[in-house]
Amino acid sequence: MKLMIVDDSNIIRRKIERSTEVDGLEVVATATNGVDALEQFPQVRPDIVTMDLTMPEMGGIECVERMVEMDPNVIILVISALSDKATAIEALKKGANGFLCKPFTEDELNRAFRELLEEKNYG
Amino acid sequence: MDESDLQIFIQGATHFFLHMGGEQAQIGTPYLASNCNNEIKGFTGIIGVTGKRRGSVYFTAPPVLLKVLLTTLGEENTGHENMCDMVGEVANVISGNARKEYGNEFLISVPIVVVGRLDKIVVPPELRSFVVPISWKNYDASLVIALE
Repeated sequence: MKLMIVDDSNIIRRKIERSTEVDGLEVVATATNGVDALEQFPQVRPDIVTMDLTMPEMGGIECVERMVEMDPNVIILVISALSDKATAIEALKKGANGFLCKPFTEDELNRAFRELLEEKNYG
Repeated sequence: MDESDLQIFIQGATHFFLHMGGEQAQIGTPYLASNCNNEIKGFTGIIGVTGKRRGSVYFTAPPVLLKVLLTTLGEENTGHENMCDMVGEVANVISGNARKEYGNEFLISVPIVVVGRLDKIVVPPELRSFVVPISWKNYDASLVIALE
């Protein structure tokens, strides 16, 4: 499974890369904002995307919506510090499949990946 | 801005260091600051707040705290760029987590990072700034909150 990481923080991108212990998940692209992510998306065709929300140039909500338009099967896990319910609901309505609040641990991230992949396989 | 506002940010800072840093941070007694520049500790992440509330949230820390935090996160590169990234991310996470209480009309900017003393305080002059002292692994940092 191909993973794309979208976050304006280098530290968070690297933390996600290091934490990705789910079998068969390979990081194929990273992006620092929504514009960068959408440029790479058609070439890379990731199966799963982690998406920050607060980013320069284009935020995560708009990016989620446009990615889902390009590929309705893509799995998107939003990872954001914005921890209010309304934001999580909005992201899910736009097509995200899961929401993980920052700060997060490796275990929480891997659990989120596993749940989303199980849902994809058996849902 | 009252004590309940301060508690929201104190809880955010406590949660961040326990969750990301693996060790409880000690929170000192918050106090009013007339000049935020006196609180600056080397690297400062600044979040602008608009919408339902207006003002700024700063997280300011010395390089040594940021290096230890980066190492704790498993990051081998503790250079200048990653310290800037780290201080901005702490400010972002603490401010973003405050939306759990304030809701989605508490709008936050992407972090602005300043190294060294601030040339210009971006807190509106009519706002009072509260400083929350933070000690984590015996290193001192501060959270500066100025909200309408």
